[in-house]
Amino acid sequence: MTEPIRPAEPAAPKSENRRTLIKCVTAAGVVTGFPYVHAQEKLVLRYLGTAVNQDKAIGDKFKADTGIEIQYIPVTTDDVTKRAVTAPNSFDLIDTEYFSLKKIIPTGNLMGIDSKRIKNADKITSLFTKGEVNGKKVGDQGTAPKKVMFLEGGKSKAFAKSPTQYMTLIPTVYNADTLGIRPDLIKRPIESWKELLNPEFKGKASILNIPSIGIMDAAMVVEAMGIYKYPDKGNMTKKEIDLTIKTLIEAKKAGQFRSLWKDFNESVNLMASGEVVIQSMWSPAVTKVRSQGIACTYQPLKEGYRAWAAGFGLPSTLAGKKQDAAYEFINWFLDGWAGAYLNRQGYYSAVLETAKAKMEPYEWAYWMEGKPAEKDIKAPDGSVLEKAGKVRDGGSYNDRMGGIACWNAVMDENNYMVQKWNEFVAA
Amino acid sequence: MTPAPSGGPPAMRISSGLPAWVQAGPFALVFLFFFIAPLVLIVAVSFWDFNEYELLPAFTPKNYIQIFEGCSNVDDLCTTVRTYLSTLKFCGLVWLVTLVLGFAVAYFLAFHVRSSNTQTLLFIVCTIPFWTSNVIRMISWVPLLGRNGLINKGLVGAGLVDKPIEWLLFSDFSVVLALVHLYTLFMIVPIFNSMMRIDRSLLEAARDAGASGWQALWNVVVPLSRTGILIGSIFVITIVMGDFVTIGVMGGQQIASVGKMIQVQTSYLQFPIAAANAVILLALVLMIIWALTRLVDIRREL
Repeated sequence: MTEPIRPAEPAAPKSENRRTLIKCVTAAGVVTGFPYVHAQEKLVLRYLGTAVNQDKAIGDKFKADTGIEIQYIPVTTDDVTKRAVTAPNSFDLIDTEYFSLKKIIPTGNLMGIDSKRIKNADKITSLFTKGEVNGKKVGDQGTAPKKVMFLEGGKSKAFAKSPTQYMTLIPTVYNADTLGIRPDLIKRPIESWKELLNPEFKGKASILNIPSIGIMDAAMVVEAMGIYKYPDKGNMTKKEIDLTIKTLIEAKKAGQFRSLWKDFNESVNLMASGEVVIQSMWSPAVTKVRSQGIACTYQPLKEGYRAWAAGFGLPSTLAGKKQDAAYEFINWFLDGWAGAYLNRQGYYSAVLETAKAKMEPYEWAYWMEGKPAEKDIKAPDGSVLEKAGKVRDGGSYNDRMGGIACWNAVMDENNYMVQKWNEFVAA
Repeated sequence: MTPAPSGGPPAMRISSGLPAWVQAGPFALVFLFFFIAPLVLIVAVSFWDFNEYELLPAFTPKNYIQIFEGCSNVDDLCTTVRTYLSTLKFCGLVWLVTLVLGFAVAYFLAFHVRSSNTQTLLFIVCTIPFWTSNVIRMISWVPLLGRNGLINKGLVGAGLVDKPIEWLLFSDFSVVLALVHLYTLFMIVPIFNSMMRIDRSLLEAARDAGASGWQALWNVVVPLSRTGILIGSIFVITIVMGDFVTIGVMGGQQIASVGKMIQVQTSYLQFPIAAANAVILLALVLMIIWALTRLVDIRREL
């Protein structure tokens, strides 16, 4: 008696419909005498993450496909970590960066994701499982995903050295970051990270004011300037932190930086208004500046990229239907539609072959193979991103991801680093 | 204006004992749960230890020690002292400017605008900037003051300067400008309120006694509006001391403030050290307010 009612449920968003539905259900319960409340519970997954990754279209499509509703909780990168540590029951699904795991996993707030329940688990790109792109090892300084990808057991608080059945996060998006520039205002080729502190751009440069990422950009610059070669940029000693911050402070005192930025939109503003001509930047910010008709290049540099990756994790308290729904969402996410959607925004998806199946061949050639665009390249919303004939900044997937020099990281000396970063801001 | 809040016949006080407690009870509870308890927690946590992902209950002064590490060196000031000095500098500047501006506006509203309808209307005009969000109000300065902003374009176009003036944006100037823009109203309202309660015949008397306009202002209006000035000052000083968004956005994230320092620390889960900083900030602000209330006995004035 309860069964036939279920299909009607997802199509009943209005409260009026719901009320009639509840009446029906109540009647059904009374008639049959069976418990009905749980059977009819509407499934809602609370998805904690950053706004950049929480696309309405993805939530809508998933609901249309499965009837499960996704409720986005958008907060900043730092706040995702904070909530995972302090309020692990406030979400059903977390989308966080791999480097945050060093803080979250020891609390035991996330469970190991059983890869046997993930259909495409073995197709996840080798970048995550082995740290390889196209069979070639890439830079693993910092918190490279392969170091924190697996747990020793389903309830373990320790990272496994080699692949196991239990994964910490299932990758969602990842990318390789570099400097953004205004080619129309710089008027010469930029090839190295050291240009960020080149006095030529005095008062026209910017670096991001998120200590754990800013320090990595600074380290790339320090190495490119030939001041010091770090054994591991992603895990500096106190002395190395001192040296890096000292370089930044000297540049700041000399008036190198026009501003620092913390918010994605701030970086777009700085670049679009011409206040800044060279700065740390994120890929979608470059796209946003360009969509305003302003020239902006996501400049590949010879020292390589600073990479980052985010993925889905499950809170350890998640059980029953909600757990099933969360697994269903992850499986759906890896199934291609979402991957294609993300690839079209300039990100990369975790399982490439399923995404390829959902993209047009000319789209795949432009975004992933670095070939000139056969036709105009369109964003998921239909606006033209790039005219036919253009090539993507940085070229193909193998060129870009193969050029990774280091990963966003949490260092052992993190507290000291934050303290020194505050000193840089105050200098 | 009757000056006897604590007075009243003793008999009445005794009989009103219980009902008075009942009446005060709800608010006292709210006060206890939402003010006293969190404050006690902050002080307690400031003595705790912590690691990357958890707080470790303990009693250690190490957070305070870390904050003041190297602060005995007078030649090269430590980050903490430098940050507090910078925050205090903004506090002082903003207080001064908002006081002068706020007083002038309130004076105009209270003494020069005769009809109470116009007064109300102008008062609403003062609040217009508050109809939109704080962040929008700040960001909207960028296209005005920026290198390619309206003012610089105008100046360059008029041939007054050769190249754009850099210090208009992302500088001490822009921070003070934005803070003044945001908080002058907090000065206007209490001063206006005090001024409205000044007996107009006092001003007439001053004039009759031969005082000039400035003398009447300085010897009659200013002393009688000091409660308003004090309350406005407390508002402005406490808000600016804790501000981190305005100083961040308008200072191009390159100017330190105590609030910003605390915010960075909490976002890296360094709650104990952030709590220690908050306790120090609170102590400092309380000291400023205490000093201000020495100047004016606020209870008697009210």
